[in-house]
Amino acid sequence: MSQENQEKKGFFGRIFGREKTAVVEEAPGGGVVVEMIEACGTEPGNDKMGLAEQEGASDANAKEAEQDFTRLVAGLSKTRSGFIRSLDKVFLGRRELDATIASHLEEALVRADIGVKTAYELLESVTERVKRKELADRGAVMGHLKAVIYDILSQVESPMQTADGPEPFVVMVVGVNGSGKTTTIAKIAARHKTAGHKVLLVAGDTFRAAAVDQIEVWAERLGCPVAKGKDKADPSSVVFEGLRQAMDDATHLVLVDTAGRLHTRTPLMDQLKKIRRTMEKQLPGAPHETLLVIDASTGQNAILQAKTFNEALPITGLALTKLDGASKGGVLVGISNELKIPIRYVGIGEKMDDLRDFNARDFVEALFAEKDHNR
Amino acid sequence: MLEILSKGFRDVRSHLQGMRTITEENLSDALQMIRVSLLEADVEFRVAGAFLDRVKEKALGDIVLTRVKHKEKKLRVSPGDHFIKLCHDELIRLMGPEDSSLTLRTRPVSSIMMVGLQGSGKTTTAAKLAKYLSRTGKYPMLVAADVYRPAAVQQLVKLGSDLGVPVFTDGGASPPEICGRSLEDAYRKGCNVTIFDTAGRLTIDEPLMDELRLIQEKTAPDDILLVCDAMIGQESVNIANAFNERIKLTGFILTKLDGDARGGAAISIKEATGVPIKFVGMGEGLDRLEEFRPDGLASRILGFGDVVGLVKDFEEVVDEKKAEEDALRMLQGQFDLSDFLNQIKTIKKMGPLQDVVEKLPFFSGGIPDAAKTDDYELVRMESMISSMTPAERRRPEIIDESRVRRIAQGSGRKESEVKELLGKFKDMRDLMFAMGGGKLRGRWKRMKGVRNLFGGGLDGGIGADHPMMGSGGPLGMPEVGRGKVVSRKALEKRRKKSKEAKKARKKARKR
Ligand SMILES: Nc1nc2c(ncn2[C@@H]2O[C@H](COP(=O)(O)OP(=O)(O)OP(=O)(O)O)[C@@H](O)[C@H]2O)c(=O)[nH]1
Ligand SMILES: Nc1nc2c(ncn2[C@@H]2O[C@H](COP(=O)(O)OP(=O)(O)OP(=O)(O)O)[C@@H](O)[C@H]2O)c(=O)[nH]1
Ligand SMILES: [Mg+2]
Ligand SMILES: [Mg+2]
Repeated sequence: MSQENQEKKGFFGRIFGREKTAVVEEAPGGGVVVEMIEACGTEPGNDKMGLAEQEGASDANAKEAEQDFTRLVAGLSKTRSGFIRSLDKVFLGRRELDATIASHLEEALVRADIGVKTAYELLESVTERVKRKELADRGAVMGHLKAVIYDILSQVESPMQTADGPEPFVVMVVGVNGSGKTTTIAKIAARHKTAGHKVLLVAGDTFRAAAVDQIEVWAERLGCPVAKGKDKADPSSVVFEGLRQAMDDATHLVLVDTAGRLHTRTPLMDQLKKIRRTMEKQLPGAPHETLLVIDASTGQNAILQAKTFNEALPITGLALTKLDGASKGGVLVGISNELKIPIRYVGIGEKMDDLRDFNARDFVEALFAEKDHNR
Repeated sequence: MLEILSKGFRDVRSHLQGMRTITEENLSDALQMIRVSLLEADVEFRVAGAFLDRVKEKALGDIVLTRVKHKEKKLRVSPGDHFIKLCHDELIRLMGPEDSSLTLRTRPVSSIMMVGLQGSGKTTTAAKLAKYLSRTGKYPMLVAADVYRPAAVQQLVKLGSDLGVPVFTDGGASPPEICGRSLEDAYRKGCNVTIFDTAGRLTIDEPLMDELRLIQEKTAPDDILLVCDAMIGQESVNIANAFNERIKLTGFILTKLDGDARGGAAISIKEATGVPIKFVGMGEGLDRLEEFRPDGLASRILGFGDVVGLVKDFEEVVDEKKAEEDALRMLQGQFDLSDFLNQIKTIKKMGPLQDVVEKLPFFSGGIPDAAKTDDYELVRMESMISSMTPAERRRPEIIDESRVRRIAQGSGRKESEVKELLGKFKDMRDLMFAMGGGKLRGRWKRMKGVRNLFGGGLDGGIGADHPMMGSGGPLGMPEVGRGKVVSRKALEKRRKKSKEAKKARKKARKR
């Protein structure tokens, strides 16, 4: 450190009249932006230009899929921050990607909650290609962006497969407060009940007020049993009993609810690990799925959620809820790009049939949907 | 990510280092870095842009004074610091003024309506507000106006009974009817504020949004508060606007700020709607509602530790003198387990430990794992330390296997937990010692990140070796000699001496 540097005092010391000895490290030159762009060295793009050639859903599902899609798009079209609208402005009468266009593109991406870091990555590949004259107009750039995002997401599109073995298939559902865990459990249960499976719900949230009542209301609607403990019981013990009950009753699917917790709460994360160990002990191999539930309106914090829960447990699948709202869950792109965790479900409403398998194509289309898209 | 971001700010500082005026060129990179940081904090895109335009305008052409007077002290200011301060002040200005007041005008029963998206924290916050109002001498009543979500009513009833606050429920009625009737019931029961807990709803759900308007028409609430999750992304502005256009909001509350969300929504919503931020939610417990303070959140959005907040917390809990003495001990690395226990008790009064530690400027890059502790752990630690003899607390080194066993039994904890506590205590002591100017010791020596926390100048100890560092420690605590108990008097003397020495050195250098 130079003499000059040693003489610096803390910024806060100056502002607030207090001094501190800890001098933050001065990184020599180089902005954070540069670093980020460097960090994204691998170009995610391939040469898929748009998704038109992608295979469509099978005929049987086509109608349902269409309805879902309309629903997804409905949310977007009513917001004033439609992705496409910003992009439209970008390309109005222009043929070249100049600085203004790049910044408009960045705006469109960032405002979809894709995040600055991922947005820069995506933009890098667009800028490159425009320079090489591979992308000449709006359609081409759009097609490219879609293809790149689709490429990232299609790698993690992977519906949950429950094994049909003699033992129950155990799903542990985790996430931050209010993300939609309990509702998602009810939705998954509804699906499997319809398929004729025997489903058990485990009321592993013994903490939040009336969390047990909530899952019981769902269980009654679904016609499923619930395993529950006493008020404020240790969740591990409830889960232990629940699994035993499931094994005794030859249950196919066990859905374990857990209390919402912020990933920064170390003891609560430890509690989750303990619940997980308890399951493993009771039924080797369990939980067969650890599902992290993320609210689609979440911003960049979702990436930290995914990382931290994944480090603690690990996470084997994601569910994105509240996609029927105005937010499009763009943060999923960043999460998928970094963590490659399979995405199982999307939630598109508060009712028990408002659950869909994650479909990368629909998701990308909704992200890029035109204002009055009718399909 | 946090790391990248706070590094971003350090870059801004170094970028502008050594310049006397701020010009368009030397500013543009700094602005770009701040822009990235704001967007990573989920500040809405356009709000971030407008903010940057404003600080740019303010900063341009500023001839940076190299010396300013602040609270009787002369300070040196670099352009980098000057610029960051400008951003910080502007953020505070935009998020302010501090205003946690509620209208509550209607007599005899006034009302507050809570609105927001699904799962944002309305029900919990309604209960927190009830608790808050009871403490200010009001008689609140909670009103269960969410007739849709499974067990929403039970949730509110449970929270109400925990608080001893009456809860109005009316199974068959519609939400506007429920709210209307609750006013009469409140009057009968001698309550003077009703708090409507409405169902979560999407802004694009026309019928449900209209329901809010109906409630408003029927009851004319004095306050309509939007409850917003601090983790929300770019839609924050549209959502707030949608609610505000439909039913004029009087304030909003940001929940779940106890996590590591940077809370950019605060500035976004305030900027877009002009509606003031009233409170923040800092945990699931019903006492975890705090009046909003722009200064703390500004540092957080910018990626700095909340130094002001920490100092204020300290002041509220203990008198300054005691805080200073405590900090002194910590920084000497000489505090024993009794001090540790006192610290724990103090800290427990201050709120979740993690909040406190995060407010320390040293941890702007995230807390090193080894230093992580939590509330539950505090309770555990307290019970174990209480089971130790005074001698053991003074000199933890003497605690051998058999003592560990006894302490474990006495406190009903596992032996491994006692050992873990001792390890943690040692880590903390070493870390504090290093902060106070001592050499890195123990496991910290092997951790690269820790050294960086101290600006890379740790090897020789910051204190004595570096001339300008001598006069201040973290939290503005006086200089502390390495590993020696210093009386206050001696300290004063030393401070003076080092000041004189400093002056002398400066003089010498000038020549
Ligand atoms: N619009 C919409 N609302 C949803 C969806 N999923 C859940 N919700 C709502 O979000 C709110 C919270 O859902 P819960 O299932 O209780 O969330 P949770 O994660 O279990 O919450 P905690 O247990 O308190 O942490 C409820 O009002 C649900 O009805 C969805 O896909 N769309
Ligand atoms: N960590 C933390 N959790 C909170 C805070 N405020 C609320 N919560 C939790 O967030 C979850 C949702 O809170 P609720 O009060 O049920 O939310 P709501 O808005 O009433 O939900 P709906 O009625 O379903 O729309 C619960 O698990 C709460 O305990 C907070 O400030 N910090
Ligand atoms: Mg739940
Ligand atoms: Mg509620």
